[in-house]
Amino acid sequence: MRLFIPALGVLWLVAASAAMAASTEADFKSALAAAEAAEKDAGTLKNQWTTTEQTLAAARKAAAAGNFEAATSAAKQAEALAKASIAQAKEQQQAWRAAVIR
Amino acid sequence: MLRALYATIATLFLALAQPAAATDAVNPQADFKAFRDFFTKRFPNVPLNDFVNGPYSMDADLRKQWVAIEDFPPYEFAVDKGKEMFATPFKNGKSYGDCFPNKGIGIRQNYPYFDVKRGEVVTLELALNRCREANGEQPFSYVKDDMAALTAYMAFTSRGKPFDIKIPNDPRALAAYVNGEKYFYSRRGQLNFSCASCHVQSPGEHIRTEVLAPALGILAAMPIYRSEWGSMGTISRRFVTCNSQVRGVPIEPQDENYRDVEYYLSYMSNGLPIAGPGARP
Repeated sequence: MRLFIPALGVLWLVAASAAMAASTEADFKSALAAAEAAEKDAGTLKNQWTTTEQTLAAARKAAAAGNFEAATSAAKQAEALAKASIAQAKEQQQAWRAAVIR
Repeated sequence: MLRALYATIATLFLALAQPAAATDAVNPQADFKAFRDFFTKRFPNVPLNDFVNGPYSMDADLRKQWVAIEDFPPYEFAVDKGKEMFATPFKNGKSYGDCFPNKGIGIRQNYPYFDVKRGEVVTLELALNRCREANGEQPFSYVKDDMAALTAYMAFTSRGKPFDIKIPNDPRALAAYVNGEKYFYSRRGQLNFSCASCHVQSPGEHIRTEVLAPALGILAAMPIYRSEWGSMGTISRRFVTCNSQVRGVPIEPQDENYRDVEYYLSYMSNGLPIAGPGARP
């Protein structure tokens, strides 16, 4: 029994880290949906970035090749870029005034 | 006692609020003066009308190359093509000249204008495609080729005529002006640049191998033959590539924002001569 509990712990750790390390197709789809939703919002503000589009394309390409680890990572990066472009657009709604030649 | 305190606070609030409101008030004439003063004071050795020559007004070596290029200007073919297109009737027998004042000759300096009936800014490119569509023809691409040829010819017939952009007494026109101003000064793209980052903060400076043009008079030489493109390009093309260069996804050519920024920049260039079509590195 003394040996059984640590062995169970080791097994749990191995299983948990494997689950954390390997992204699945479902992980990718979830990350892609979030990225696409953010990029759509940036589009509504007419403030998308080319790098977001490129990163989204890279995510889809990696997924098509079955590399969901890279695909999920790229999709998350695309979401971060899209959110940054949204933040930029919102900030510039007022910030532009400070740059005007007076 | 409390009432008096409230009254004092309210008075103070109003006194502080008024200057802020005055700052936000739209005054295109004051903007025009400040804009012009900024460039003429920053570049006191550049004659006012020379600002329309963009980078050539900023860099002597580049100017020498341009003078040599002008012996055989690369936009000449576009002018010839545009002239021929202008003279060729549509299928219904009408022509471009029928859509414009003075048959379209020598009128470039009046574009863009604010159309009070439509409530929007109308650029020359937009007017040309509307002319085509009204006469049963397909619209052209806004960025190059045929549209560049037509606008090159129209600019050529207007060379030397001073920009004469009007802002009618219409709140919608003023709103379009402010929207154009906002677009010009708003940062965008992953590089976080505005139009002003290059053309107000850094004219005359190098960005890689290019010399940045001043915003004053920047549209006077459009359309341009650009060596980088290896072809002619319209104002729409210039805006689209500017957006791409700062890693922003361009909006559609002739989007309201592009038309409004053209309106704003052209108004800022009032009095400066049309110099298009031009040649740029």
